[in-house]
Amino acid sequence: MQFYHRTEGALMTDRIADIFGTRTPHAKGTVWPARVDQHLDPGVEEEAVDSWVQSACLLCSNGCGLDIAVKDGRMVGVRGRATDVVNHGRLGPKGLYGSTRWASADDRLTRPLVREGDRLVETDWDTAMGRIVERSKALLEEKGPLSHGFYTSGQLFLEEYYTLAVIGKAGLGTPHMDGNTRLCTATSAAAFKESFGADGQPGSYTDIEHCDALFLFGHNMPETQSVLWARILDRTRGDDPPRVVCVDPRRTLVALEAERTGGVHLAPRVGTNLALMNGLTRELFVNGWVDQDWVDAHTIGVDDLRSTVEPCTPEHVAEICGVDADDVRRAARIFGESDGVLSTVLQGFYQSHQATAASVAVHNLHLLRGMIGRPGAGVLQMNGQPTAQNNRECGADGDLPGFRNWDNESHVKELADAWDVDVMTVPHWAPPTHAMQIFSYAETGSIGLLWISATNPAVSMPESARIRKILGGDQCFVVVQDLFLTETAELADVVLPAAGWGEKAGCYTNVNRTVHLSEKAVEPPGEARSDLDIFLAYADAMGFTNRSGEPLIGWRSPEEAFDAWAAVTAGRPVDYTGLSYAKLRGPTGIPWPVNDEHPDGTDRLYADAVFPTDTDYCETYGHDLATGGTVTETEHRAMAPAGRAFLKGAAYTPPHEEPSAEFPLRYTTGRTVYHFHTRTKTGRSRDLDQAAPDAWVELSPADAHERGIEEGDWVRVTSPRGAIEVRARVGNVMDGAVFAPFHYGHWEPGSAPGGSHADADRRLANELTMTVWDPVSKQPAFKTAACQVTRVRAGDGPSPAPTTAASAPSPDHDFPLSRRPRATAGGGPTSSTEPAATPHYPLDPALDSSEGGR
Amino acid sequence: MPHLTTYLGLADHSEKTLAESLRAVADGHARVADVFHTCRMLADWSQANREALAPVVERYGEADVEEPERLHAAGLAGAREGEVGLLRDLQDLHVLATLVQTTWTVIAQGAQGLRDPELLEISQHAGAQTSRQLTWLTTRIKVAAPQALIVAP
Ligand code: SF4
Repeated sequence: MQFYHRTEGALMTDRIADIFGTRTPHAKGTVWPARVDQHLDPGVEEEAVDSWVQSACLLCSNGCGLDIAVKDGRMVGVRGRATDVVNHGRLGPKGLYGSTRWASADDRLTRPLVREGDRLVETDWDTAMGRIVERSKALLEEKGPLSHGFYTSGQLFLEEYYTLAVIGKAGLGTPHMDGNTRLCTATSAAAFKESFGADGQPGSYTDIEHCDALFLFGHNMPETQSVLWARILDRTRGDDPPRVVCVDPRRTLVALEAERTGGVHLAPRVGTNLALMNGLTRELFVNGWVDQDWVDAHTIGVDDLRSTVEPCTPEHVAEICGVDADDVRRAARIFGESDGVLSTVLQGFYQSHQATAASVAVHNLHLLRGMIGRPGAGVLQMNGQPTAQNNRECGADGDLPGFRNWDNESHVKELADAWDVDVMTVPHWAPPTHAMQIFSYAETGSIGLLWISATNPAVSMPESARIRKILGGDQCFVVVQDLFLTETAELADVVLPAAGWGEKAGCYTNVNRTVHLSEKAVEPPGEARSDLDIFLAYADAMGFTNRSGEPLIGWRSPEEAFDAWAAVTAGRPVDYTGLSYAKLRGPTGIPWPVNDEHPDGTDRLYADAVFPTDTDYCETYGHDLATGGTVTETEHRAMAPAGRAFLKGAAYTPPHEEPSAEFPLRYTTGRTVYHFHTRTKTGRSRDLDQAAPDAWVELSPADAHERGIEEGDWVRVTSPRGAIEVRARVGNVMDGAVFAPFHYGHWEPGSAPGGSHADADRRLANELTMTVWDPVSKQPAFKTAACQVTRVRAGDGPSPAPTTAASAPSPDHDFPLSRRPRATAGGGPTSSTEPAATPHYPLDPALDSSEGGR
Repeated sequence: MPHLTTYLGLADHSEKTLAESLRAVADGHARVADVFHTCRMLADWSQANREALAPVVERYGEADVEEPERLHAAGLAGAREGEVGLLRDLQDLHVLATLVQTTWTVIAQGAQGLRDPELLEISQHAGAQTSRQLTWLTTRIKVAAPQALIVAP
């Protein structure tokens, strides 16, 4: 298995200071060189490791293949897998420092808890599950299945999502299932469905090696998927590099790379993405950059799209977006004149105004140029959370398993037959209930049992004060299963201790469709159980049966659950039938579809330009992008899409909340490279915690100056919904914009709640965000609210914001000595080793064209 | 063309009623975020249809709506309460929008007969926008119905 050997004196690096590690530059069209990154806990020598257990990182959607180091029954470190197609051995700071530390934290939940008055008290499993089942049965009796809601995560394993989906859809029959995936990835899925007829990432990471231009739309990749960004840097720093175009209101590392490679940085005003996209689209039309033959053969809707974007001249766009008209022209020219463009899209589009329309517009650019399905020409709609993809596939987010269409009776019947239940049991009378609506039903008590798994909505959802009130109220019985007593778990009626990554086996799929198996490395602490076992215990206790009177859930182990899942994917775009645990125990993760036709998996979709839009096959008949109104089957059939992709456009409309005299600034939220979600895991790694220990807010030098604010001052940020008080970073946002990281709730590592930071109870970025969502994807708009910032008092040093990435201090500001930010550093030593020979990567298109690919 | 002007008046009036009713429902259910924002956007569409029609009304002259008086649907004075109330309000909006849509159909037919391309385009575009309003209303009614009927408190 060991494809590499350690060279003498492998490079030791502080990967907090050096996020991406050393460069391994290479030329266009050649295989990305391998480099194995490794970190072991202080005091653990490599020779002392008892075993290395196969897995993949679970701290972002990149899904880097890794092995877990186990010593004395504990996880003590990680090593990237050189042979994995996703990361070629590399790991980023979160993966290195954050993968294992949380597991042995002394505040793990080890026993179930139940509420007694205003306290949660320890109990045994029988008592805890007994309370849930008692409430569940009473509600079913009294109100039926619509009284039940499930809110999951982007961090469970596919076996768990699928099992829960079957429980919810065939056992109970409730349409109220969604996950944190709604907040992070719903727009990606929705945009695919609108353009291509079904979910499914068209592109591949190998497109990076072959493209001439890279467009990053609202995607701060260095912060969100650091290893993928390292892969890009190895191209932009090598021979024949691509040009980078960055669409982001902050001057991120992507923006700097755009400037360095002769690309363009477009910084549209928050909430105006669609206006910019319409402008870029119009440029393709007016400059003759449209591949008319391809468009005629493989798309429908080009005439409507042309007239929709017609008014969006560069000057018009410049006025709305606050960008330079010539920059719009230059960016469009790069798109129009490159042979291969790879586009990536993330939260800057997904969590913003007109999210689906703007993301679909990225597809339109590619379709107009016929740039899809070949190496170097593709789209990567990214995901936020690591296993978000599986939630979408398996249907714990409300969709039907296997990208089936809830509006297509025969799709529903396929599932009902597979589960041996009546088709009427499976809820399919309306679109699935989205997260915000589930919480609204819980607010009124219309949902009387809400079961939350592995996520922390008390911190991560918009208008968090309202969410906490819903969870803490008596109108709804709340079950939480998690690793720790999170801000959400504190409000629950029953808390179930869950086993985490490395403590259970299961599979998950990264944003690139690559499926990994993660083996069980160690035992979970105390009485903690895997989420799969918890769901199975509930199903047993409820006595769910199928039409034959057999138990509804016919599986016990993760592997059996996987096989059951693979069976229902047969014939669907997301085909897992060729995958098994045995096959996934090989050297690399494998991208679906994997079936008889593609036994080794599929590097990119739509190579044949046939899209899953046929009326009988598609996952959706589509929506009106402006309202979310659904297209009917009859209307869809009349369009006869028959494998052609849809070009769909929409006019720009101003965001729901515009700046005013009282709230003159635009508020946007996001992430830092050192933390994942609400820091439940990453906050328990000292290296990561110290790199970004506390919240902050970023202002432009001009906006700070106008308000008498200096770096490190305590400021109050107010929106119509709430306020936070944190320290200010004079940073790289554009004038008029304010950025706050969303990771920080009141939980504080290694101390009592509200402990060591003065702002611990006043730093939750989502206090300010709005309850408003995209009409099609229903993803909340975390990135468009109006706010004001005022100085509260002087700070006593620089703000806690990291200096290494987008939160870096502004180069245009003269920092007084006492406030000068100190370079972020201090991560433990990690090693990086370049293998003697580049491993063989199945499906890598560079192997066809380059010598020495093997 | 007394009847054409009557229908122009009817289109203007019923779009006005629809816009006002959409705003009343938006405000009455302001806590239901998608209803609030979508109804306001749809009200703007109705308003835009009226503005597009204004020059034609001027050209043909206005008529007091006499004969089709009984076609006038009353607008919603205010919104109802709760999940069932929302369902009923959306149904009322659907009835109003249907009246608007058939009115545009009638006008488009008249414009064909008159060979008035300007009016034809306006009425066809307006009718298409009304269809989109109706589609959203139907979608939203389907979403709201099961919970409102079976479990709402
Ligand atoms: S890039 Fe993502 S998956 Fe890879 S090591 Fe970092 S956090 Fe983990």
